Amino acid sequence: MPEEAAVGCARPTGGPVGEEPKTTSNNEQKVITEERSMIKVGKKAPDFAAPGYQKGKFINIKLSDYLGKWVLLCFYPGDFTFV
Amino acid sequence: MSIDSMFTHKMWDDDELSKMVDGGVPFPMLSDAGGKVGTVYGVYDEDNGVEARGRFIIDPDGVVQGYEVLTPPVGRNVNETIRQVQAFQLVREAKGGEATPSGWRPGKATLKPGIDLVGKVWKEWKTEQAFD
Repeated sequence: MPEEAAVGCARPTGGPVGEEPKTTSNNEQKVITEERSMIKVGKKAPDFAAPGYQKGKFINIKLSDYLGKWVLLCFYPGDFTFV
Repeated sequence: MSIDSMFTHKMWDDDELSKMVDGGVPFPMLSDAGGKVGTVYGVYDEDNGVEARGRFIIDPDGVVQGYEVLTPPVGRNVNETIRQVQAFQLVREAKGGEATPSGWRPGKATLKPGIDLVGKVWKEWKTEQAFD
């Protein structure tokens, strides 16, 4: 699960959670297409990696780390606002 | 997840959230500086550089079962989110044998989808159940 890790930037990993990205090439056009893919219910969530903070530690997680569990992924406008 | 850095998350948790929740927030507070993840999930507002109040229910197979996206000034209903997770857990467990009609919450009747139910929902489920 979440491990203490070096600072990085959040990024989509380029494919649905639990699956290999559709392309392994560095074709920029394909990456952009993938990043614009939208969410559909009944379809796999786009996987991503992101840095974060949890209980006194800086962490790095991937959505795919949570396969096998229920996940609530919540976005909000900014810290110090209400959630 | 928000566009704030993990350092800001730490300050928020230390200075404010830990005053609301004993020990601070237990779950990961993720940083999406630049909104790349938010863009893929359709919640990143490029003009303002912030993310909308998006909430995605993802099942153990990584499948999106439901989502809700609100503009910033209106907060969420956490009880409704929990109710939806409970309903999705029930129907997953039932493997298609049960469905949760409008207004369902734990303890209330489910429906058994099948040919016998066609045209008979009115016998099994009353309109008031959507509201009680």
